[in-house]
Amino acid sequence: MSGIPVWAQLIYLLAAVCFILALKGLSSPRHARRGNAVGAVGAVVACVVVFFYGHLHHVPAILVAIAVGTAVGFVGARRVQMTQMPQLVALFNGVGGGAAALVALLELADLLDSSGDSSGAHVAKFTLAATTFTILVGSVSFAGSLVTFAKLQELMTSRPVVFRGLPVAFALSLVAAVVLAVLVVTQPALYLGAILAVVGLLLGVLLVLPVGGADVPIVISLLNAFTGLTVAAGGYVLDNTLLLVAGTLVGASGTFLTKLMASAMGRSVVNILFGALRGGSTLGAGVASDRPVRSAGPEDVAILLAYAHRVIVVPGYGLAVAQAQHTLRELVDLLGERGIKVDYAIHPVAGRMPGHMNVLLAEAQVPYEQLREMDDINPEFKQTDVVLVVGANDVVNPAAKTTPGAPIYGMPILHADEAQQVVFMKRSMRPGFAGIENQLLFDPRTTLLFGDAKDSLGKILSAVKAL
Amino acid sequence: MSEQVVWLTIFVLSIFVGVEVISKVSSTLHTPLMSGANAIHGIILLGAILVCGYAQTTAQLVIGLVAVVLASVNMVGGFVVTDRMLQMFTRRKPARSKVSR
Repeated sequence: MSGIPVWAQLIYLLAAVCFILALKGLSSPRHARRGNAVGAVGAVVACVVVFFYGHLHHVPAILVAIAVGTAVGFVGARRVQMTQMPQLVALFNGVGGGAAALVALLELADLLDSSGDSSGAHVAKFTLAATTFTILVGSVSFAGSLVTFAKLQELMTSRPVVFRGLPVAFALSLVAAVVLAVLVVTQPALYLGAILAVVGLLLGVLLVLPVGGADVPIVISLLNAFTGLTVAAGGYVLDNTLLLVAGTLVGASGTFLTKLMASAMGRSVVNILFGALRGGSTLGAGVASDRPVRSAGPEDVAILLAYAHRVIVVPGYGLAVAQAQHTLRELVDLLGERGIKVDYAIHPVAGRMPGHMNVLLAEAQVPYEQLREMDDINPEFKQTDVVLVVGANDVVNPAAKTTPGAPIYGMPILHADEAQQVVFMKRSMRPGFAGIENQLLFDPRTTLLFGDAKDSLGKILSAVKAL
Repeated sequence: MSEQVVWLTIFVLSIFVGVEVISKVSSTLHTPLMSGANAIHGIILLGAILVCGYAQTTAQLVIGLVAVVLASVNMVGGFVVTDRMLQMFTRRKPARSKVSR
């Protein structure tokens, strides 16, 4: 910690506090934006400071590179649609991990240079270990995030990609990575570090390929934690406490979120990552049943809704795909004006990443007070007249409670089946992501409204207006 | 106290601060939390600037500059997109007129 002047270290401390405040601000939607701004200021100040004490060379080139990155990041962040948020987060996470790995590679070169002889015998083993960790995990995070991005952006199939020999390939690369890592620490050489980075990339790809589309959110969260820890280790290598604190905060938060998400799906993280490898497919039979269902037109649904006292809306990703959030919000507002109490029940894994559905509805200007968490709203389904399920399926499937052996058994669900009436808006009888049939669809209290969500909601809206 | 132990202390305490702070975040804001945390690890930019500034060969400089670009995409993009999302949550009254698009 000797290379950095005290005043700069104090500013780093301040920046670390800014980061903590940024995360703390997220405990309430009202203060969250200010918190984020505080964090951004901390980050910028910390980066400016380094130019004043660092005696850096190549400053103009560095400034140009920052300008390029800033422009790309800014435009990407402004342009992205809210439905594409998971991809963007994956991408940003990946480039962060990639940057950390490159930094560690350069630092390895520097460590070997400064130790006089290139054998690196004088470099502290602990520093080498941290460098190695950063190179390896940073590369895993980079490649893994890019594959995740490709899956979400539908540049490639979102189904689990499993080929014969994949488990073997994964195991071999894992062994190779460990051996190389040990070699870099014991007999440091730059070329070994570079090979380690390549193996890391391979490992990242193989890790994410077998993960199915529905489980990708958990992978994003996990890779986020990886990148955080990489940055923390990089902080140790570079003698920089700010990087250590910031990286650790992110690592802890990412790990925490990953566990939270996994338990919201009723599965373990290991099962999500390696479930497809073990062969125990998470897909059910997926046979569309020809059992009778009760379907109705938009006018019938409008009457059902307009004369209810209590309505709960269960939105799913299908809503966002149909871009029907705004129409839904209009309908809910209209029902509200008729004196009907309407809330949105948000399942923790609704959407494509944790909390995604909330963002999509907030974009449609739904006040966040109407967005209710699962545990909070579940007791209220019993007193609810109509539950309107739009573009969701698995999160209200009672099989999670009643059918041991079902792929989603044990997953906490929204208790829509306890309401008086359930209206499903669906495009077809196709099962949800988990590929299993939903018994609730065949329940006598259930009405189905087939068609595009936006279209149907528009029709219901005008029908309610006409009443 | 050896320097390693100081680092370890900071590390362990940061874990607790991280978990403590994050467990208070409502699930409504989990997406902004992820992208905000994402932006924070963009601080690796600091490290990228440092290694770039001490680069001795052209190859090192080029790799360093690539790292700077990637890290600034991560940091700037992360904070901007988080702000964009949070802006939607802080809007108190649902405006009747479309704000954009």
